[in-house]
Amino acid sequence: MSSVKPNTSTPVLEHDQVADNTAGYVANFSVKESPILRLKKLLHTYPIAAPSIVLLLAIFGFSLLIGNRFLHPFNLSLILQQVTIIGVIGVAQTLIILTAGIDLSVGAIMVLCSVVMGRMAIDLGLEAWLALALGISVGALAGFINGLLITRLKIPPFIATLGSWNVFFAINLWYSKSETIRSQDISSIAPLLQWTGETINFFGARLTYGSLLMLGLFFLIWYALNWTSWGRHVYATGDDPDAARLAGIQTNRILMSVYVLAGIVCAVGAWVLIGRIGSISPQAGYTANLDSITAVVIGGCSLFGGRGSIYGTLIGALVVGVFRNGLALAGVDVLWQEFTVGILIILAVGVDQWIRRGTA
Amino acid sequence: MSIDYQQTPVLKASGLVKRYGSVTAIDNADFELYPGEILAVIGDNGAGKSSLIKALSGALVPDEGEVWLDGQKVVLNTPMEARELGIETVYQNLAVSPALNIADNLYLGREIRKPGFLGKYLRMLDKKAMEHNAKAKMTELGLLTIQNMSQAVESLSGGQRQGVAVARSALFGSKVVIMDEPTAALGVKESRRVLNLIKEVRDRGLPIVLISHNMPHVFEVADRIHIHRLGKCAGIVTPQSHSMSDAVAIMTGAMEIEAA
Repeated sequence: MSSVKPNTSTPVLEHDQVADNTAGYVANFSVKESPILRLKKLLHTYPIAAPSIVLLLAIFGFSLLIGNRFLHPFNLSLILQQVTIIGVIGVAQTLIILTAGIDLSVGAIMVLCSVVMGRMAIDLGLEAWLALALGISVGALAGFINGLLITRLKIPPFIATLGSWNVFFAINLWYSKSETIRSQDISSIAPLLQWTGETINFFGARLTYGSLLMLGLFFLIWYALNWTSWGRHVYATGDDPDAARLAGIQTNRILMSVYVLAGIVCAVGAWVLIGRIGSISPQAGYTANLDSITAVVIGGCSLFGGRGSIYGTLIGALVVGVFRNGLALAGVDVLWQEFTVGILIILAVGVDQWIRRGTA
Repeated sequence: MSIDYQQTPVLKASGLVKRYGSVTAIDNADFELYPGEILAVIGDNGAGKSSLIKALSGALVPDEGEVWLDGQKVVLNTPMEARELGIETVYQNLAVSPALNIADNLYLGREIRKPGFLGKYLRMLDKKAMEHNAKAKMTELGLLTIQNMSQAVESLSGGQRQGVAVARSALFGSKVVIMDEPTAALGVKESRRVLNLIKEVRDRGLPIVLISHNMPHVFEVADRIHIHRLGKCAGIVTPQSHSMSDAVAIMTGAMEIEAA
């Protein structure tokens, strides 16, 4: 120590220690808790509340309007059948939207997988279970390709899947030669593919194995998201990828696993699709990608990632199903069903934005 | 608090060099951290202190030089490797995931699984254990105001969030905790809490590297101050031996001191 004079006075500064003596808050806002504000807080704490309330109100409203015809177990199970495909594809879409991505190719993956399953079993004469397994592998491969585009080439998910949507759909048309595989052929050669369409009677309700498969899938993914490290990492990656990376999460690996899993779920959707329509058509399920986004959004998932729940998507799909079914039973034109779904989407996102403002 | 500067440094670096094209961010820098101390690292913008810290936390691999942890030569290629060796880093802004709750954040990337079948085959998380440990750690560090471990981090104030990040480093850091500007985004009162927290962690035996722009904070908590200038250590002072203006003078080159 040469040229510096020592400083003997104590360097501990007291200037901000006076803050310790002040009250325990920096500023105090006396806000009267209005009912609106309380509702907002409730919806913010329980994002599932809004779609649940809409679902209950819709069921209540339609039962008043239509009566027993709507509430009959058969009709309710019909609604469940009608939302099964969207529900399954919605599971895949939820996983991806939780990571702040979006997948426009889910519908195309599903159709491609159904065609692969059908042609393997019918044209090549493979065992049905093997055809099914091959179809699921194709789904996984398609998801893997999406994942590569997004994690390695850093293409935004919207663009990557917009491209792969067209590519997968074109491959599907080429591979199927744009021909439909007839229902009779499937039921005589590979009835396993139609198993998801078989029904069991349950107090007058007709549940399909496909619907049960969908519910099982929801439970499985719910468990994975909420009770495993992987699930926490999916949320963290979608919430703030940089923070997740610094916490030691390999975000690219998580993203990859999510896209591959989504591809597999879409392939399961293909199986459900075959059961639902009986035949295998390269033109079927064309609207599944946008419908699945609808279900996820109405279910309260944030498109910015990291927020939302898997069962929200189930409720979102049911809301759409109940509105379509109820309006149809009430004799309303299909056109107005579409109109209503459109309004629901806008309302869902509007409410989401409103909840986020000022309660964080 | 007396620290024995004769013993082996916990973390030591010698002759570190990092070049970015024609810019030399770290120019033959040395660094030593002793057990039980708070070492502040100060320096002007662009002095290369964040590059130095990145080299010590594994976020950057130096072109030349050696890093020693507890007398053992180590190579830190990624933050994960540094973390596995017991070097925890608290980052300024990117500390936590806002939508996850406190317990999830504390254990993010290092979750505890349930014992037995559930954990081994179903890979089920032991949420109870994590919440329990999280609460114990927060209480130990005096963060009693946060009671509910299943509360989302976004509902906490800035200081409380920083508290969560510090608690995480204290929970897992076995050798060294590096804190990058922990008080930069906080108000006066919140800064105080975090500073007390830092001292608390030090008193529990973990040495701390504190990077800060805030001279009063540095002079209050640091045992020694490493002044970085032009990519290397311009000198090491203590709050007792030098005043704040001396430190600023050394930092800006207005005053010279023999390298320690």
